[in-house]
Amino acid sequence: MSHPSREVFWLFRVFRTRSGPLEYSRRLWLRVVVAVTFLLLYAPIITLMIFSFNNSRRNVVWRGFTLKYYEKAWNNEGLFEAFTNSLTIAFVSTIVSTIIGAMVAVMLWRFRFPGKAAYEGLMALPIVVPEICMGVAMMVFFARIGWPADMPWPLNLSAITIAHIAFSFPFVAIVVRARLSGFNRELEEASHDLGATEWQTFRKVILPYMKPGLIAGALLAFTLSLDDFVITFFTSGPNTVTFPVKVYSMVRFSVTPEVNAASTVLVVITIILTAIAMRFQKPAEAA
Amino acid sequence: MTANRTIVSIEGVTKRFGPVVAVDDANIGIREGEFFALLGPSGCGKTTLLRMIAGLEEPTEGRIVIDGQDMTGIPPNRRPVNMVFQSYAVFPHMTVAENVAYGLAVTGTPKKEIETRVREGLDLVQLSGFADRRPDQLSGGQRQRVALARALVKRPRVLLLDEPLSALDAKLREAMQLELANLQARIGITFVIVTHDQDEALSMADRIAVMRDGQVEQIDTPGGLYETPGNRFVADFIGKINLVEGRVIGAEADGVAVEARGLGRVVVPHEGTASGEVHLAVRPEKIRIGRERPEADVTVRGKVTDWAYYGDISHMYVETDAGLRLSVIFQNATRHTVDAFDIGDEVWLGWNAADTLLLKD
Repeated sequence: MSHPSREVFWLFRVFRTRSGPLEYSRRLWLRVVVAVTFLLLYAPIITLMIFSFNNSRRNVVWRGFTLKYYEKAWNNEGLFEAFTNSLTIAFVSTIVSTIIGAMVAVMLWRFRFPGKAAYEGLMALPIVVPEICMGVAMMVFFARIGWPADMPWPLNLSAITIAHIAFSFPFVAIVVRARLSGFNRELEEASHDLGATEWQTFRKVILPYMKPGLIAGALLAFTLSLDDFVITFFTSGPNTVTFPVKVYSMVRFSVTPEVNAASTVLVVITIILTAIAMRFQKPAEAA
Repeated sequence: MTANRTIVSIEGVTKRFGPVVAVDDANIGIREGEFFALLGPSGCGKTTLLRMIAGLEEPTEGRIVIDGQDMTGIPPNRRPVNMVFQSYAVFPHMTVAENVAYGLAVTGTPKKEIETRVREGLDLVQLSGFADRRPDQLSGGQRQRVALARALVKRPRVLLLDEPLSALDAKLREAMQLELANLQARIGITFVIVTHDQDEALSMADRIAVMRDGQVEQIDTPGGLYETPGNRFVADFIGKINLVEGRVIGAEADGVAVEARGLGRVVVPHEGTASGEVHLAVRPEKIRIGRERPEADVTVRGKVTDWAYYGDISHMYVETDAGLRLSVIFQNATRHTVDAFDIGDEVWLGWNAADTLLLKD
C-alpha cells in the first residue's frame, strides 16, 4: 500500500541527490560561512559606493539620488592634482619595477650563484615587512641623505616613486618567476641549436613566453602603487599628495559624498585592472 | 654507396656529472651519409652522448671531431649539426613558417632566400599547406615534421634525432620509420638517432652502437648485432635469445667443443680461441620444433610449458628432459599450425651448430 507521505519521500530522494563526503560546496554550513564572509568583506565597500550617490551633505541618511558629488569631485582641484600625481607615480613605478622584477625573476630562474637562497629571502623582504615600518624607514632614509625637497613636478614625486618601486618589484618578480617555471628548456636549447645567440634566444623565445607574466606583474605593480597609502603617507609632502592620501585628508575634514565619489572611482579602477591582470594569468596557466 | 669517410669522430669521450659517470670512454666513428643509431636501455648515456655532439654538453674528457674540425669549446649555435628534440620543441608563439624560418632568420639569411628554403623544407616533410598554422593546431606527428623541417632547412652536415618515434602511436611509428629512412636516403645527410627501441634501430639504421652504463658495448650493422653479438648483454638486449651455460673442453677443426649443461657435447664454430666458462646462445627462430627428432646437429627432447600466440608467429617455451628452459619462435605458416601443439606435449627441438653462438661473457 503506498502511503502518500512515503511517495513524497521517494520523490524528494530522487530529486535531491545525496552529496558525497567531499562535496563541501554543497554543505549548507559552508555556504552560510561563505555568504557571511563576503557580506562582512564587501558590505562596507558597497555601502560606500551606494552613498556616493546620496543627495545629503552629512551623508548619514539616504536622501535621494544625485550625481552632483561626482561633479564636485571632478572640479576639486586638489583632488584632481592628487589623482594626476597618483597616476604619474604609478606609471613610472610600474615600468621600472616590471623591468627590475623581470630581471630578478630571470636571474633566479636561470642561474645558480653563492648566496642565492639569501638573496631570494632578501628580495621577498618588502612583501613581508610591515608597511608602516617600510614607510618610516623610507622617510628617515630620505631625510638622512638629504633628498632635495623643492624639485619641480614631476621630480618632486621621485621619493614616493622610489619607495613604490622598492616594494613593488618583488611582487612582479614572483609573478614572472612563476610563469618562467613552466618554460620548456628544450625550447631554449632548440633556439641555440638553430644558430641563435643568447640574446637572440632571450628576445625571440623567452621574452614572448614571459609576456603574460610580465603583463600580470605590471598590472599588479600598478594597482599596488595606485592604492598605496601607508608608505606614501610617510614619503609624501604638502606638494606631493597622492589620491589615497588626499582622500584620507578629506575624511578628516568632513565626510561628504565627495569623498565617497573619489573612493568609488579608485575602487572601480582597481577592480578593472585586476580583472584584466587575471585574464592574462589564465592563458598563462593553459599554455 | 658514396664516400665512406668519417664525419663524426667521438674520441675517448667521457662525461661526468659529479660522481656519476654518464658516458665512459666512448669511441665511435660515424661515416658520412649513414643512418647511425645509439641504442641502449634508459640511463645508458646515449642521450648525453647525442647532446655532446650537438654541443649542449661539453665532454669532461676526450673530444668530438665533426667534419675534420675539433668541436671542443664550440657552442651549439656554431656547429654544423642540428637536432630534433624529443619534445620537438616547436616554438608555440610562432607559426609553422616562422618556426621553420627561425634558424635562417637568426643567422641573417636574406628574406627572399628564407622564403624559398622554407617552402622547400615544408614540401620535404609534406606540410606544404600548413605554413600559417600555429603549433597548437597541429597533431604530434605534424609538430615533429615541423621540427624536422626546421632543422633540415639549415642544411646541417649531421642531423641528430632524440627518440624521434617514442611519442607516436604504433601505426604512425611504423609509417615514420619508413619516412625517415626514405628522407635520409633522399637527402643523403648523416642521421644520428637515439632510441631505446631495438625495432626502430634495427629497421632504420645502417649501423648501431649498443650502449650500457655509459660504455659502448658493440658497434655493428643490424644483421651483425643480431647474428653475431659480442657479449651476453648485446645478445640479450637485441631480440630474444636462449642462453645455455657451458665449459670449453677442447678445440676441433671446425670450432670449439663445449660441454653444455643439458645438451651434452656441442661443437660450435668459432674464430679464435676460447676457454673456461662460456655461454652458448641460439636465437629462438633458429630452432626447429616437431613431434619427432629432427635432422640437426643439436637435438633435445622436452615438454611444452607455455605458449604465447601473436597471430603471425608463436612463441613456445619448452622445458627439456634435463631441465633446460628454451624458447622457440615459429611462424604460424598454415591455418592449422595454431592447433599443432598443446601445453604438456612432448616435442623435439633441433638446430644447427652453425646457428649457435659462443659468448665469453
